[in-house]
Amino acid sequence: MSAVEITSPAIRKTALNAVHRQMGAKMVEFNGWDMPVEYPSAGGIIAEHNAVRTGVGIFDVSHMGDIRLQGRQALHAVQHISMNDASRLAVRQAQYSALLYPQGTFVDDVIVHRIAEDEYLLVINAGTREKDFNWVRDNTRQFDCKVENLSDDFTQIAIQGPKGIDLLQKITDVNLSGVKFYWVTRGEVCGLSGILIARTGYTAEDGFEIYVPASEQVSPVVWNGLLAAGKEFGVLPCGLGARNTLRLEGKLPLYGHEISDTINVWEAGLDRFCRMEKAEFIGREALEKAKAAGRKRTLVGLEMIERGIARDSYKVLDHSRKEIGYITSGSYAPFLKKNIALAYLPPEFGEIGSTVIVEIRGQGVGAQVVPTPFYKRPKKQ
Amino acid sequence: MSYPSDFKYTKEHEWIRPDGKTATIGITNYAQESLGDIVFVDLPKPGTEITAGKSFGSVESVKAVSDLYAPASGTVTEINNELASAPEKINKDPHGAWIVKITLKSPDELKSLLSAPDYEKFVAEEGGH
Repeated sequence: MSAVEITSPAIRKTALNAVHRQMGAKMVEFNGWDMPVEYPSAGGIIAEHNAVRTGVGIFDVSHMGDIRLQGRQALHAVQHISMNDASRLAVRQAQYSALLYPQGTFVDDVIVHRIAEDEYLLVINAGTREKDFNWVRDNTRQFDCKVENLSDDFTQIAIQGPKGIDLLQKITDVNLSGVKFYWVTRGEVCGLSGILIARTGYTAEDGFEIYVPASEQVSPVVWNGLLAAGKEFGVLPCGLGARNTLRLEGKLPLYGHEISDTINVWEAGLDRFCRMEKAEFIGREALEKAKAAGRKRTLVGLEMIERGIARDSYKVLDHSRKEIGYITSGSYAPFLKKNIALAYLPPEFGEIGSTVIVEIRGQGVGAQVVPTPFYKRPKKQ
Repeated sequence: MSYPSDFKYTKEHEWIRPDGKTATIGITNYAQESLGDIVFVDLPKPGTEITAGKSFGSVESVKAVSDLYAPASGTVTEINNELASAPEKINKDPHGAWIVKITLKSPDELKSLLSAPDYEKFVAEEGGH
């Protein structure tokens, strides 16, 4: 047994840090943040994961960043820097999108929320906060639009799972059944007024993300309020460990893994969020060329058919043991109870049912290409 | 959870229970707690020679892969096949869910390992940071 721990002096803390520690969370450094990876006393990663699939779990995701664009030309600015078509958004609607480099590769993936007529909120990843903000500011100077970094203003709490709506409904005056998936609203939560409530998430379940003031006095009231109100639903506090396995089962990309500054939109299979027919946007030209040239690699789902767990950056080989690609994310999948992975492979190896070899610590272990997402939430009756 | 006094321990968090010329090896309660939910155990085949201080397999939790280091040198005589289908047994009963049994090459090697009180002191310091 060996364990390596890395601590950094400049590590950042969310407003709920003390609460997590009090609850006995196992803390890790993630993208410069001191974050809970799991709550062993509440059951650990597997229990947390399954609580979200079958009931409800809550996550502190305050490390995520927020950029607000506001002004007469806010829509033009958003259209210029993102690949999805923000002109299709009604006020209070949200969409999955991405910020691209001119090469058609990823600055980051984002959720674009249209908060008001001329106001958009981009929710971005923790590890790319500063890079994203600078990118957005520098590339929207030509528009009449104010760009603000609100990343430190919010405690972002995700309430995820089929019972998420029942839990949140107990502590808000908003009629949540009127808020559709990927729509947002404002209302009172735990006695705090004007709280932004979005029906979004990163778990492949139904759920909500709420944005409360990032104060060490207020944030714990909401967190503890959710835990108390959720008792009857068996709510569990969930850490980044379960967040990762949940998003992997749902094939939701993670920056630095499935998407990065060297991977383009077509390779990542995010075509349906990229609106080539809208007006010019950064990355469009390169993507047009890339489309004409054809994909050299494609993101596929793998299921291990022999004993072993494929992990990030492990090599993928063909049957003659030639290296053909690599794993971007891999884990035991707690709900599916299988060992699954995502990998970049040449398109000819991407056919469902074809088999490849994953090199795990010097050993070749068989894996099969399977349909994705690995998990799809059941439709409500 | 207390650490059995008839076991010896490594600083890499394995335990070994000697019994004459043979010994049983597992990982400690501290190890399973720091790993979290164990989902996979990679074991050597019976007959494999293992060397003190060298890796002889691995244990994987949802999040991490950890090498298993041999507390002593010897030859693997038996592996705990139950762990292939139920690796979580290590979480539930770390000092009972053994991993391999070996015949010791040199029982004297065990003298350099930690006693239960020394190991407890070691993890208290390690856990406290």
